[in-house]
Parts: sequence; C-alpha cells; structure tokens
Amino acid sequence: MGYIELMDISKSYNKQSDVLNGIDLQIEKGEFFVLVGPSGSGKSTLLRMIAGLEDISGGTLKINGNIVNHLPPKDRNLSMVFQNYALYPHLTVEQNILFGLNAKKIDKATQKKRLLETAEMMGLSDLLKRKPRELSGGQRQRVALARAVVSDAPLCLMDEPLSNLDAKLRANMRIEIRRLQKKLGLTMIYVTHDQVEAMTMGDRIMVLNDGIIQQVGEPIALYNKPSNLFVATFIGSPKMNLGKAKLKESNLVIEDVFTIPFNHEQILAKFQNRQLVVGIRAEHIPHGAEKDGVQTVEIVNVEQLGNETLISFEVGSKLWTAKWLGQWLVGVGDRVPVQISVENMCFFDEDTGNLIQAATSSLKREVVAI
Amino acid sequence: MNMSNPMIESTEIPEINYESVKRKQRIRTFAKGMLFLLPSLLLFGVFLFYPLFKTLYLSFFLTNARGETTVFVGLQNYLGMFASPIFHQSMKSTFLFVLYTVPTTIIIALFLAVLANEKLKGIGFFRTIFTSTMGISVAAASVFWLYLFHPSIGFINGILEMIGMESIGWLTDPKWALIAVAVTTIWMNLGFTFLVLLGGLQSIDSYLYESADIDGASYFYKLRRITIPMLSPTLFFVITVTIINAFQTFGQIDILTQGGPQNTTNLIVYSIYREAFTNYQFGTASAQAIVLFVIILIMTIIQFKLGERKVHYQ
Repeated sequence: MGYIELMDISKSYNKQSDVLNGIDLQIEKGEFFVLVGPSGSGKSTLLRMIAGLEDISGGTLKINGNIVNHLPPKDRNLSMVFQNYALYPHLTVEQNILFGLNAKKIDKATQKKRLLETAEMMGLSDLLKRKPRELSGGQRQRVALARAVVSDAPLCLMDEPLSNLDAKLRANMRIEIRRLQKKLGLTMIYVTHDQVEAMTMGDRIMVLNDGIIQQVGEPIALYNKPSNLFVATFIGSPKMNLGKAKLKESNLVIEDVFTIPFNHEQILAKFQNRQLVVGIRAEHIPHGAEKDGVQTVEIVNVEQLGNETLISFEVGSKLWTAKWLGQWLVGVGDRVPVQISVENMCFFDEDTGNLIQAATSSLKREVVAI
Repeated sequence: MNMSNPMIESTEIPEINYESVKRKQRIRTFAKGMLFLLPSLLLFGVFLFYPLFKTLYLSFFLTNARGETTVFVGLQNYLGMFASPIFHQSMKSTFLFVLYTVPTTIIIALFLAVLANEKLKGIGFFRTIFTSTMGISVAAASVFWLYLFHPSIGFINGILEMIGMESIGWLTDPKWALIAVAVTTIWMNLGFTFLVLLGGLQSIDSYLYESADIDGASYFYKLRRITIPMLSPTLFFVITVTIINAFQTFGQIDILTQGGPQNTTNLIVYSIYREAFTNYQFGTASAQAIVLFVIILIMTIIQFKLGERKVHYQ
C-alpha cells in the first residue's frame, strides 16, 4: 500500500467534459514523484486536487491510509510551493517563513528554533529582515522552499517551482531540491512541463496528456521503452525521430526512403500486415561505417554544441536529427553516410500509437549497466 | 609626408561642438514636451489656477453685489470670519460631518466588498446592487431621502411608530439633522467606495490565499494578515478621496436642509455658497474658500506622511 493512493480520480468542471479521467496511482513514502505533461494536460489540476485546493469530482484519494477527499488543505498535513512562490510582499522573509506556524499558533520558542534551523539549511540567515522585492529570483525560490520545510509536513507538493528562474539557476536548484528531499526524507510530488527536470529529478515519472495517464515509470524506462508515440516524442531531447514504415519481404521501408534489411525472424510475425511507425533516438544514428543499413543523407542543418554535433536531415516529409559525439566539421548541403540499424528502433502501431516492440539494443545496455 | 596629411585631416574633421548640438536637442525636446502639456495646462489654467488666484485676490476686498471689488480691506475678511460664531458652527459641523461619514462609509464599503469578493452563486447581482448608488445623481438621491425622512409620511418615521417609538423630525431637529445628512451621504458614496475596494480585493493574488489555506490559516487571520495589508494602497486612496469629498459636500445640504436647523448643517461649502450668492459677500466667501483649501491641503499632506509608512505598495 502506497503513502498516497489515487483511485479512479477524475475531475470535470460544470459536469461537462473531463479534465482528468481514471487516474490510478500509488506514490510511496519518501519518493520523488514527478508529474510531467504539456500545458493543459491536467497535471496542475491533479496536484491541486491532492492539496485540497480543487474539489475531486470522482474517485478516492488516500493519504497515509486515510481517505481525505473531504478534508480541507490544512488537515492533509502537507506543504506546497507555488509557481510564483506566493510570498507575501508586505512581510519580511522571517514573517513569510513563520506565517504558517503563526497561523497554527505554535509557541514562540519552537517557532524561533525552527526558523533558525530552516534559515541555516536554506542559506537565508542573512536575509531574514528583507522584503521579498529586495530578493533575487533564486533567493525568493529559497524562501518559498523554506516555508515548505519549516512546516515539517511529510508531504511536499511543488507546482512548476523552477519555471521562473534562468537556465543556470534552474540547474542548481534542481540539485538543491533533490538533496533537500533526500535529506529530510520528504515525499515529493513535483509538477513540471519540462521533461529534463522530470528525467533528472524524479524517482518515478508520470506522463500525462489530455487528462489521461500515458505512462508511469522510472526515467530510464520511459526513455528506453516509451509505451506510446506521445511519450516517445515528449521524453528526451532532441525528440525521438519517427517515421512511417512497412515490411516488404525481408526489408523494412521507412517513409519510402530508407530500405533496411530486416532478418529478425522471431518478431517478424508481429509486424506482418500492420502499419508501423519506427522511432529511433538521435544518439543511435551514428556516422555510417561500412556495415548494413548505411544510408546517405543530405544535411539541412548543423548545430554545434561543442561536445557533440546535432545534424538534421530530411527523411521523406520528416526532419530527423542525429547526435554525433565530438565536433564534426560538416556543413549544410553536405552528403554524409549515417547508420540506421534495426536493433536501435522502437516499433509503434500507427493506428493506436502504442508500442509494439522496444529497441532490442536498450535491453542489452541495461544488463551492461548493472 | 603625404601619408601623414590624411591622418591630420581626419583628426580635425570630427571637431563638432557637441555642447551646442546637445543644447539645441534639449531645447527641441523641451519645446515638444511643452506642446504635449499645452492642452492640459490651458484647461487647468482657465478652470483651476485662474479661479484660485482670483479667489485669493477677492478675499482681500469688499465687493458689490456683482462681485466687483470695492474696498481693499487686507486681512479684515479673515479676522471677521474667525470671530464669527456662525463660521465656528460651520467648521464644527464640517468636522463632525467628516467624522461621521468617512469611517462609516469605508467600514461598510469594505465589509460589502469582502462579502462580494466571495465566489458565490449570483454574486454579480449583489455587486450590481451595491454599486448602483454610483449611478444616482445627488439631486435624485436627496429627493429620495427627503421623502424617507419626511416627518409624517416618511418611511423611517413609519417604522419608528410601528415599533412604538416617537417619530423624529430628522431634518428639522438640530440634534438629528447633521446625522440625517450624514446617512444620506454615506449611502450615496457607498457605491463608488465599494467599487474601488472590490477592485483592490480582486487584484490580490489568489495564490496568497491558497498558500495560507495549506498553512491552515483561519478566515480572520487571512483577513488581518493578507487582505488588509495587501489592500492598503487602495484603502489609502479611498480614504483620501472620501475625506476630500466630505469636506466639499454641497448638493444634499442644499436640497435636504439648506444649512438649517440653527445652522447645524451649514457645512463650509454651503456656507461659502450662502455668503456669496445669498448675502453677496464675495470677499468673505472667498476667504472661507481659501481656508477650506488650506484645510484640505494640510489634511492630505498629513495623510501622505502617515500613509507612506503604513502602505505596502507592491
């Protein structure tokens, strides 16, 4: 039994179409759980339902074994960090941090003790007398975190807390939040639209789209075995290259451009007479050596990142990207050989979008990693 | 030799007098700026500055019935005014009136605004009702209240009699007249004050309340620690405007009581009006107007000095 259990949770406004539908989920104690999805997918609504800020239209929500559907936020024993931090502009940092403890009428000595501990932990000791407008974005973020920490609640909800920070600060705060969560043993539910945040921070990730769970799992599992086309394109940057494919005799024809010999007898049967979509990660399209499946393509764009080079080329109507390690001095219009091999491909059903067969090479790598 | 010539020339060519160019540009931007200001300067000049100085000028003179200056009397108008018991009564009434109307208006309007800010079914209807006095002219409202206060057929006395109390001469009893006018004024100002305060309440970020909900803050704790401080700029504005309005009350006095009974509702603006257009004493009327101007100016300065410390601008 999980620490938080969602059973067939749904949400609709004005009894009309569902914003969220049939959400079944268990979150373990001490887990860093990330809800990720594009804007409008219902992830913030789900978080606010767990917090008690939105009514639950259907289903059961349990926290720590108790049904909490009917409880107001304050009785659910949780803390929350908002996207815009929700700091009180007229109060000092100290008053902001102590606001909740004051409201709960906790005695002054305990307040003082917890304040000093928290400020020390968050590096806010010198800023306690300042007003929020005198703080930088990162410092405000820290105050918002301090407010969650000082409450001593075992469950912390975060709603896109890093989206107002610049890229460098965001990378720092990612690590800080992760460390804080491990140190305090918090159960964390973290909402983001940024798949990089989801991948780097989460113990487990839930991908949500149009109010429906797409996939729940560990970051690497989502990356290697995306259960459908949505997850495949949403997780990972640059996104997975996709192309329609057909089996013709013992060849795989992708977008009527690439023809790749296909001799995996055991899975051949599954693909017969089906419209397929193949997906291949950018890092699995290396510079072609003289092996099977080498294709020559014309480069339409080159992005030099210093440690790696992104090369875009057209495959039929689709734009594919290959990621090559190191610096490659190639230019737009050059024709280069790329290697596209079947063991790196994920196969999806074109009609349902669901995964039929994950890349066989990823299975091997997992074994190597252990 | 030839090589060095162009070098020398090139250093000489850019010798432009930057100062004079800049000065010219400054003059041009200044002229442009003044051109933009001209319409409002003109309007302010004709309708505010000229009358202000004319009033100040008039206050040092005696005038004939047509308002033309006759004898220069220096400060005599002011001295006479400060010695006059009628003016004392008028000042006392004015301050009492401000005291009655301003806090009551703001407290009632704040209460209604907090209520109307709740997300309830049909709240739009109540918002409309609460704001509706804004759309009623002073004259119409005064006539409406004139009937409510009517000693024999008035609705209010009707209720008093129904619950077995003696009827009151609301507008004729010196004890009650000022209060009656104050009630009318509060009712009339409520719409505007309510609207401004509601606007202020709605601009408070809802995240603040949600965060407080999660922290377990009670309704009144939120009201005291979030709503009132976040509303303080709006409250400050409303207080200033309401005070100035109260000092300048005229229309309802003219219709309801004409300054009576026994001058108890002879507020300063009404007193100025009577002095000028009933008694044709434009000099003393102007002196009173100047005193009113100084009082409002001082009140506003004090408010800004005090307010600066208490108000939290975001």
